Amino acid sequence: MQKITRSVLIEKAEKLLNDGIVSRVLGWKNGDFSYDITPAIFTSADQMKKDFVYGDFCGANFSKYLVKETRKDEGKILVFLKPCDTYSFNQLLTEHRFDREKVYAVGIPCDGMIDINKIKLAVGDGIVSVDTDSEVIKVNTLYDGVKELAKNDLLLERCANCKSKKHVAFDELIGETGETLENNRFDQVAELEKMSADERFAFWQNELSRCIRCNACRDACPACTCEKCVFDNPNSGVENKSPANSFEEQMFHIIRAFHVAGRCTDCGECSRVCPQHIPLHLLNRKFIKDINEFYGEYQAGEEVGSRAPLVNYTKEDIEPIDAVNKGDK
Amino acid sequence: MKKCLLSNSNALFNEISKNAKLYIPVDLEKGRVAYKEFSDGMVMSDALKTDRSAKDFFFPQTETLMAFKTAGKSIEITDTRSETEDFVIFGVRACDVKSIEVLDKVFLAEPVDSYYQNRREHGIIVSMACSKPSETCFCQTFGIDASMPEGDIVCYKTNDALYLDGKTEKGKALIEKLGVLEDCNDDVVKEEQQKIKEILNKLPLKDLKADAFGKDKTDEFFNRPEWKTLSESCLGCGTCTFVCPTCQCYDIKDFKTKTGVERFRCWDSCMYSDFTKMSAGQPRLTQLERFRQRFMHKLVYFPTNNDGMFSCVGCGRCVAKCPISMNIVKVMKTLGGKDDE
Repeated sequence: MQKITRSVLIEKAEKLLNDGIVSRVLGWKNGDFSYDITPAIFTSADQMKKDFVYGDFCGANFSKYLVKETRKDEGKILVFLKPCDTYSFNQLLTEHRFDREKVYAVGIPCDGMIDINKIKLAVGDGIVSVDTDSEVIKVNTLYDGVKELAKNDLLLERCANCKSKKHVAFDELIGETGETLENNRFDQVAELEKMSADERFAFWQNELSRCIRCNACRDACPACTCEKCVFDNPNSGVENKSPANSFEEQMFHIIRAFHVAGRCTDCGECSRVCPQHIPLHLLNRKFIKDINEFYGEYQAGEEVGSRAPLVNYTKEDIEPIDAVNKGDK
Repeated sequence: MKKCLLSNSNALFNEISKNAKLYIPVDLEKGRVAYKEFSDGMVMSDALKTDRSAKDFFFPQTETLMAFKTAGKSIEITDTRSETEDFVIFGVRACDVKSIEVLDKVFLAEPVDSYYQNRREHGIIVSMACSKPSETCFCQTFGIDASMPEGDIVCYKTNDALYLDGKTEKGKALIEKLGVLEDCNDDVVKEEQQKIKEILNKLPLKDLKADAFGKDKTDEFFNRPEWKTLSESCLGCGTCTFVCPTCQCYDIKDFKTKTGVERFRCWDSCMYSDFTKMSAGQPRLTQLERFRQRFMHKLVYFPTNNDGMFSCVGCGRCVAKCPISMNIVKVMKTLGGKDDE
């Protein structure tokens, strides 16, 4: 469950709407089941009372929507940001991707979000509803009655390895902000590093060969905000609409990971949205881990305007040859 | 009606694969389900749906259509097709079987797509009734009965046996060749059908109706203001189109290779910004227009061109997979009135 309730958020939104501070609200909209929440724009408190939700399935990171929303001539937009969302928010500001003046950011606490796919793995098909009112998740199924599962086992990858409960950007906070957390997010990267090159290639080939090239990872990624992606541009020479000739194993995802290296905040949206459940976040975490080891600890989005190690120079920077030697065996 | 004990299914699959290449749904790691070519000992998945639909067998995501070689002013054209063997797909659900009928309307209409036709002629579909449909299923909305799927052979799975019924000439001919099957009456199957019907009546989307949509309704829906809110948070990714068993749009391009030129075709998505881009530009400039195109195609344009047949089969893959959980069910409920409220 989330300690903060929807009614507190609606109350806050209603006040900001009534005071004329914001014209609309970016929030989560209820679906047909408990878990199919859609990001939506609300323009009135009445709409929110009808359809707005905040709960364990509100994992979507709204920061990227601000690029599009702040271009509309419709006044300020209220956005609710969970701690990890605020890192993406800052990173987008660092890259001058949206107009800060057109956003009213309300930081909200997050008690960890659930991955519906983990529930499906545990109970199978036929999930009619999910009761998340306590740490014991009650799944109402069509075939097996009510199944009880521990929330800790169901968290999204990014929440299971939560890096921070601290809001690094907000106009206003609801509740209290937390601290950055110790976590094990690089453990699996370290395991991959221990493999031989052939084993690692086989691992990635197995994962990436399932790619259907839907581009959901790119389209959800707050670091991917190019006006026209080279992969969508027929004039780029590398436009490709499908995974052909092992292209995916060798190119698309690796190029994308390089492109967001140093800018990726590790928000985990890429893996969350992948319909083929490819652990794409591992590519990004490899770069983050390397950057931390080669140039000193760096967290993208921690502050607005910080210079990422890859676009900065200090005398302490690792020599390229040392970086290469530290890498592949 | 024929019967094969589950304990004997390996023998059945072996016998089928002696006649034709056999594909069965198999459980992979982490809950993934995919069709794999059968080899001795392989166990059929109990999962309701494969992650990717059976569409791939007839209309693969990528294929090379032909190759060219030029020498001076002459062009040599090579047909690069190789699929001519018969194959059997086992365990196709009612929705996915229906989706192939939808694809037939597109690819087997004049001018016939000979690549698709070739695969259709060589493919035998063994369908499987759904004893455990999912909450995301809504095939009933489109008149599909998951207790009585279509197909060359219809199969029912109970706790201890598979029941097979040959429906088409192709299907009956294959059954004739399978010595492992024994004759039986259809009492068990009738009971199973009744059980499935009862479950179908309990599904959360059972009351979703498509009546408001259909042929010649373009004017009624095209300018509805709700498209704006429905499409507002669409990411413009291709997930819905690529997991869809009926989406049939493709792109064709010529590529230079080391030995000549290859003509290549791959799935395309109406959700993409460069979809149907022409010399004059893109006909649909905003995501609203692209989003509307997809659902209007399924619910209005396709029925208009195909005697009222919808091009959604209610398989629910898009419902389960869309990154923002926007889907045809929500579109239908918003534009066509509520189902049960």
